[in-house]
Amino acid sequence: MEINRIKQLNEQADLIRKMSIECIANFGSGHIGGTSSIIETLTCLYYECANIDPTQPNWADRDRIVLSKGHAAVGLYSTLAAKGYFHKSELLTLNQNGTNLPSHCDMLKVTGVDFTAGSLGQGISAAVGMAIAAKMDRKKYRVYTIVGDGESQEGQVWEAVMLAGSRKLNNLTVFVDNNGMQIDGMCDDICKVAPFEPKYKAFGFKVVTVDGHDVEAICNAIEESKKSKKPTAIILNTIKGKGVKCCEGTPASHSVAFTEELFKAENTGGVLNI
Amino acid sequence: MSELHKKEMRAVYTDNLIKYGKKNKNIVVLEADLMNCHGTKKFRDAYPTRFINCGIAEANMIGVAAGLASCGKIPFAASFSPFATRRCYDQIAVSVGYTKMNVKIVGTDPGILAQNNGGTHMSLEDVALMCQVPEMVVVEPVDTVSFDKLFPQILACDKPMYIRLQRKTTAPIFEDDAKIDLFKANVVRKGTDITIVASSIMVHRALTTARSLAEFGIDAEVISVHTYKPLDTDTIFRSVKKTGAVISCENHHLIGGMGQMIATALMENDIRVPFGMIGISDRYGEVGNEKYLADIMGLTEQDIYDKAEEIYKKK
Ligand SMILES: Cc1ncc(C[n+]2csc(CCOP(=O)(O)OP(=O)(O)O)c2C)c(N)n1
Ligand SMILES: [Mg+2]
Repeated sequence: MEINRIKQLNEQADLIRKMSIECIANFGSGHIGGTSSIIETLTCLYYECANIDPTQPNWADRDRIVLSKGHAAVGLYSTLAAKGYFHKSELLTLNQNGTNLPSHCDMLKVTGVDFTAGSLGQGISAAVGMAIAAKMDRKKYRVYTIVGDGESQEGQVWEAVMLAGSRKLNNLTVFVDNNGMQIDGMCDDICKVAPFEPKYKAFGFKVVTVDGHDVEAICNAIEESKKSKKPTAIILNTIKGKGVKCCEGTPASHSVAFTEELFKAENTGGVLNI
Repeated sequence: MSELHKKEMRAVYTDNLIKYGKKNKNIVVLEADLMNCHGTKKFRDAYPTRFINCGIAEANMIGVAAGLASCGKIPFAASFSPFATRRCYDQIAVSVGYTKMNVKIVGTDPGILAQNNGGTHMSLEDVALMCQVPEMVVVEPVDTVSFDKLFPQILACDKPMYIRLQRKTTAPIFEDDAKIDLFKANVVRKGTDITIVASSIMVHRALTTARSLAEFGIDAEVISVHTYKPLDTDTIFRSVKKTGAVISCENHHLIGGMGQMIATALMENDIRVPFGMIGISDRYGEVGNEKYLADIMGLTEQDIYDKAEEIYKKK
């Protein structure tokens, strides 16, 4: 990948991360940890790898992107707003009474959201359904889904993986946000679901492990997945709360209440003009 | 005022688990990655071998709880109310209900109390679902004082049970000297003109409304229900026969909720009086604070007032 393109993507990711922090700070609190760990992935998908068109959010042949870990909706909303699916000023209504931007991503309320999530474990099944539909209709679109590592404790995740593997859904790419943490602490201490690589391999997936904050590595992995004869799992080694000064790398980043001082210290530069 | 009113519901939950867990070694606490939201870390630290964090796997948690119960344990398994109920309904119906296992399922932030977690986290149907499980006892303490008094009774009852819990501070309804019986509803305000049967966060609203109604010459009797099933119809019938009119108020869907249970019981017993219901119509939840959600879903004091007046005038 060209150095310039890498730089552009990094700058874009940086902006989306700042938008997400401001969006949450404007409401007062929210899931910044799991949001910031997937910003680079969202940026690579929406700015480089996925076949989408913000002017046609319901285009039948678009790639589908399902955020199964729906509590990271702010990251998705910020990316969609940055791409022009809706105006970025709408981000300031996040979670307000009567808003169209609820805390968990909602396909009926938000332009560009391909599936609703929030009850963990369900998005990946819908993604498998979309991938099967594409095969039935002989369509070329791909399906991407982002799943949490904690979320992967839900048995439903593995039911979906099993079906995708046995149907050889090579139009499906599953990202696992391997940030090592969930609400109550470290995933490994609570109910160990890692390692992901051998599990996905055993279910018939091609597996690629990357640094989830390295845009070039993520893009390369996605491009590889497009050529695969099997479904692909991209294991993203990430840092929960990446780039959020007050909580980076701590389980406390899961949901953060931003006071004015805490927000100021983030130095986001008022990208949403707040 | 009781000191307990300063405490959060989750603290009353955890402190009772610890208190009774000291003597009763069969008490086991299960969580599905919401220990930090329920405050049960304190129990884990006190009795680490009797605490199981199952991870984000509610259906498995219920199955594991059933297995523990079959070996004589008394498991308390908690999650947010939608995930503790609808997310694992077949596991509850088969592994807990059908087998008559002594599992205590705890669902928190019920109804509109899910607030900014929004529609995916808002259980407006959990009471209906859980009442459908044969012999399941379904309880929702209305405040911290009554929960503290109910806890040993819940523990002593060996039936499958669903405990619907507000998680944080509760509007005070009872004082320390209140008599709280698991299977009895409480008359919390005496009146002669209309009966208001309320549960959950609606008891406090009903009491406030009753005071407003009194200013306009309508003397309402308020009944606080903490056990939906089996429902204490005796207390309700006694009141309704005296007042001759009744409305129900619940933080739940009207379909399959307490109001419909009361209506059916009244009809079956040939008690024909003007009747109305306050609750949530056929819809999903959404994000918002409690006040906003109460406004749009028709759970405000004004809604109760209007309904009470309408029903009273039909007498
Ligand atoms: C079925 C279900 N159970 C519980 C929750 C509550 N919950 C929201 S986020 C979360 C932790 C998620 O951990 P992980 O998937 O690792 O997400 P991340 O670390 O990326 O934020 C939990 C338990 C939920 N949303 N859905
Ligand atoms: Mg995680």
